[in-house]
Amino acid sequence: MSGIRSSIAAIALAWVSALAFAQGSAGDPLAVGRQMLAEDNPGELWIDKGKQLFYAKRGPNSVSLEQCDFGMGPGKLEGAAAQLPRHFPDTGKVQDLESRLLTCMVRLQGFKHEDLIKRAISPGGSSGSDVEALALYITSRSNGMKVNVSLSHQQEYDTYKAGEYLFFRRSGQTDFGCVQCHGEANKRIRLQDLIHMTDKKGAQEVASTWPAYRGAHYVVRTMQWRLVDCFWQMRLPDMKYGSDLSVALTTYLNYQGNGAVIKVPGFKR
Amino acid sequence: MNQLRRTFLKLSGAALALGAGLLKSGAALAAVWNKAAFESKAVADALKNLGAPNLIESKDITITAPDIAENGAVVPIAVTSKIPNTQSISIIAEKNPFPLSSTFDIANGAEGYVSTRLKMGQTSNVRAVVKADGKFYTAVKEVKITIGGCG
Amino acid sequence: MSEPMKIRATLQVDTADVRILMLHPMETGQRKDAKGAIVPMHFIQNVVVTHNGKNVLDAQWSQAISRNPFLGLRVKGAKVGDKISVTWTDNKGDTRTDEVAVAAQS
Repeated sequence: MSGIRSSIAAIALAWVSALAFAQGSAGDPLAVGRQMLAEDNPGELWIDKGKQLFYAKRGPNSVSLEQCDFGMGPGKLEGAAAQLPRHFPDTGKVQDLESRLLTCMVRLQGFKHEDLIKRAISPGGSSGSDVEALALYITSRSNGMKVNVSLSHQQEYDTYKAGEYLFFRRSGQTDFGCVQCHGEANKRIRLQDLIHMTDKKGAQEVASTWPAYRGAHYVVRTMQWRLVDCFWQMRLPDMKYGSDLSVALTTYLNYQGNGAVIKVPGFKR
Repeated sequence: MNQLRRTFLKLSGAALALGAGLLKSGAALAAVWNKAAFESKAVADALKNLGAPNLIESKDITITAPDIAENGAVVPIAVTSKIPNTQSISIIAEKNPFPLSSTFDIANGAEGYVSTRLKMGQTSNVRAVVKADGKFYTAVKEVKITIGGCG
Repeated sequence: MSEPMKIRATLQVDTADVRILMLHPMETGQRKDAKGAIVPMHFIQNVVVTHNGKNVLDAQWSQAISRNPFLGLRVKGAKVGDKISVTWTDNKGDTRTDEVAVAAQS
């Protein structure tokens, strides 16, 4: 074990020196690897899977998702992900892409909500869940478009404020809030750099690169997964998939990231 | 899978392809998998089994790879050979349990260029071995492997 | 049942820039599953790329190539519409072939 520790220490020193020496674009020693991986992203193989699932007749009702309204009208996907989360009159709630997708899978296709939540996050190394592939396909239909979350509805604004509060609130045995890891520049956990989310650029990266292929899991992961995992990492109680809490945080982050150009799938470590 | 079964499958696959007219003229059968080289545990043995015990350092080989890779399971490596008549490119991760990761035979107008992704168990030299005009050339680059995240 | 590859072949002047994404577990035979049992070796051993039917690349891979592998190569003397065909074969004898036409640079 001491071999790994001294190796990490040596790399950390080299990396921090490299960063300190050349602040700015030229200084990031992880950039070459990230660019090579992002240029050819295995996650793209799930876009077609998602497309097939979207148009297939599925569930007890044997119906496709073509009548699903993501806010631009039934079946209209171009630009839909870019304006989520938003308020929906039929559910009376603010919903993000994934919770809205689950609503349609339940109401149109007849799936049970609890079943969907159980399988939404697939095991690493598997062929992925239907929810993951669908979320990627639907978001990919907004590729090239700018994140464009509106808070014009009172509930949208309230949800945003709730998300902002939650981002900064410290809680649990570790006394962590999102802000502890994501509220300053140049923070890292071991050698994983942490996105500075209270900075415009950082927020834009968050808002525009999910769903993403997670290299270490070999499947596509979504923002809901990312929140579930962060809550777990913070040793907070399990975050329920698609919960109001997750929608609030996503609303806050996506609004902060307005203007970012959507490009999915992202590629994460 | 034993050698006999593998050979049979390869031949029967080729026979089927020939029968169905799928194998076009000029398409050779795939190269036999170099078991001895791939199962070598020492770099020197892998090189010997590649038929390349003597290597000439060359500045005409470029290895494009990250200085630091975030995830040792997916390390992008590209090798460009400007040596005329490049016949093959092999990629060795020197500290891997089985150092030889791949061999690419190049023919019929392909450039001396390949790009792929390796699993690397630890920080290690990545060595490219290029066969050109029957001689073997080499270049090397260190890739550091990190651990990131909460675990 | 093998999964389709994603092949991009884009013409740059007279060279086709070919990028291939494959779905394959590339199991090393060293990994243990959740129950502690070894997951057997299962990896692509050979990839052949042809250009209008002629072999341009014949790759031998070990289990050290990453899961969901990627292969990039460049083919000189290509034209828009030329056929690029990719065939992989794994250690179980499974095989898959996909093909695309070289596209103009967008």
